[in-house]
Amino acid sequence: MAYVAVKGGERAIDNAHAWLAEERRGDPATPALSVAQIEQQLGRSVDRVMAEGSLYDRELAALAIKQAQGDLIEAAFLLRAYRTTLPRFAHSKPVETAAMRIERRVSAIFKDLPGGQVLGPTYDYTHRLLDFSLLEDGAVAPGPSTDGEQATMPRVPDILGQEGILEPDVVADHEPGDLTRDPLSFPAPRDIRLQALARGDEGFVLGMGYSTQRGYGGSHPFAGEIRMGEVSVEIEPSELGFAIDIGELMLTECQMVNQFKGSKTVPPQFTRGYGLVFGFGERKAMAMALVDRAMRAGELGEDATAPAQNVEFVLYHSDNIEATGFVEHLKLPHYVDFQSELQNVRRMRAEVAE
Amino acid sequence: MNDTALPDQPHQARRRWMAVLARAHAGSLQSLLADCGALPAHAVLRGPDGGLVMVRGRAGGGGAAFNLGEMTVTRCTVRTETGFIGHAYIAGRDEKRAELAALADALMQDPDRADEIERHVITPLERKQIEHKTERARKAAGTRVQFFAMQTTRS
Amino acid sequence: MRSDISPGFADPVAGTQACFRSVLDAMSRPGRLQSIHGVSAPPPLCDAAAAVLLTLIDHETGLWLDPDVEPARPWITFHTGASGLGCHGRGAAFAMALSLPDLATLPAGSDEMPETSATVILQVSSLTTGRCFVLQGPGLRGSADLRVDGLPPDFAAIWQRNHALFPRGIDLILCAGNTLTALPRSVSVREA
Repeated sequence: MAYVAVKGGERAIDNAHAWLAEERRGDPATPALSVAQIEQQLGRSVDRVMAEGSLYDRELAALAIKQAQGDLIEAAFLLRAYRTTLPRFAHSKPVETAAMRIERRVSAIFKDLPGGQVLGPTYDYTHRLLDFSLLEDGAVAPGPSTDGEQATMPRVPDILGQEGILEPDVVADHEPGDLTRDPLSFPAPRDIRLQALARGDEGFVLGMGYSTQRGYGGSHPFAGEIRMGEVSVEIEPSELGFAIDIGELMLTECQMVNQFKGSKTVPPQFTRGYGLVFGFGERKAMAMALVDRAMRAGELGEDATAPAQNVEFVLYHSDNIEATGFVEHLKLPHYVDFQSELQNVRRMRAEVAE
Repeated sequence: MNDTALPDQPHQARRRWMAVLARAHAGSLQSLLADCGALPAHAVLRGPDGGLVMVRGRAGGGGAAFNLGEMTVTRCTVRTETGFIGHAYIAGRDEKRAELAALADALMQDPDRADEIERHVITPLERKQIEHKTERARKAAGTRVQFFAMQTTRS
Repeated sequence: MRSDISPGFADPVAGTQACFRSVLDAMSRPGRLQSIHGVSAPPPLCDAAAAVLLTLIDHETGLWLDPDVEPARPWITFHTGASGLGCHGRGAAFAMALSLPDLATLPAGSDEMPETSATVILQVSSLTTGRCFVLQGPGLRGSADLRVDGLPPDFAAIWQRNHALFPRGIDLILCAGNTLTALPRSVSVREA
């Protein structure tokens, strides 16, 4: 690929940026959108941009969304770029989702599970009819709240795990791999696969997850538990020598439970898929758990024939910033490449005509 | 958070106030500290500077650790002229908050100031934070489904 | 934490940017002296060595510390986050020393990934007096002279053995006071 000298490009670019800023602002008679409004009122966009930008900072994500005119992949790109300017101080202790301050917690495998089904601020029971009252900015009454003791909410894997009927979590001591430090290489261990899925494009992960349900993967999943809420983050600075709580993140966690026949060595057990994402990302967490389970096919002695079970295929194509980088690079001048193609085609046509 | 081991006991108190300070808004911290007696001057040893913490989860929720994604964090270390060193690491990008939190951490380690700072700063902040959490828990509780068992009737 | 830890760069962003630029220039122009500003080092480190550590080291960097540097470890750990490797330099990306360590104990990289070698930050007593060395190689037109007080007597032989490993090998950053210079592995050294 060669470079072509361009004259007058700088002015065209400046003008393009000026028009972009104007388009972004829209009709000046309409009040400007504030970053605070986006952060408060478009929370699900903020969550998605944080997850795919792989940076938890609500205000920055909201700013990126404003700057990108709502293009969420462009906004995630902005966050990824911004991250490269910040030094990393530490990694956290693994978050304790068992200690999450639950705002939503549902299970499809137990109706009456300990702690109960807590619906949270969900869209599940809305009728998907456009609400034209939202065209106005009416006051919103505070939702009702209820007294009552905080129920304990044991994790479903712990409830099922008591019988040994669910594969247990395997604790390991090694430092997890880090996609932000080392290039992806195969075979990719589970920690890398989970990191990639957590920051992967929601649409891609959703499609892959859906494919596992349509027979491309053969797993019959149940949503063992979905929980959303705030979790504390702790780090242990060396100058202190003990762990400190530095604040909270909103997380969504999904445990998928799948059927599995036993093998010669392992008695029949339910196997699991796991999803964990920043924010209220239920769809993403569920899809992530399905794809996580699919990519464990090799480890579980299953034939890996479906696209979602093809770890290389999933991991190479899950990152939307990478994907758009290569897809959109096609816009760059390829004049010389094309010229040589043009000459080839003309020559071949001339040969055929003879 | 889940520390119950004996060797960690000396740090429990400090963990508690540092957690409270990590969640305080700069404006609240500033005005609450202003209600205290004259504060010693302090020198900044490090920061306040912004950076990242890589948040980790566990596979399955209880298994091997994996890197989930990064969060913004701001940290500061100060030394008061009375010789106490305070640290703060707080989620977000507020340098003022980090410096004030570090100062409060230093003051809490000074036996001559700790009670006053606890009374005027930590306790009120903690109360507000608990209220906020309780309110959200109450909202969530309102959305808990009450399953009623079918009653069989006998005539 | 000890109450006597001194601050790092007064302006960390500008300070580390300037120092990084100086180290880059030093590697590109072997033997040329660069001066460093903005930080007061904790003993026994000199200002230039402290600046290089603040610039190049973070909590993920494998850093091997010479036992003589121990008094500065709390400062280094506090400001960079590096905890310092144990007695083996095997995983080291950088070594901080007051006397030249045995280069054979440090990673020299591989033919496929020569950049995975270690860089030694060596504090010496002077870069203007002492034995005179003649440097030749990439970055130098002809040759250049470098005076160093604080290298072992057989340094030229040691260095030539390192140089012969190219593309593998150790790179050296020499620091004295607030001055530094560099010897990348591509440069050959002989006594004047």
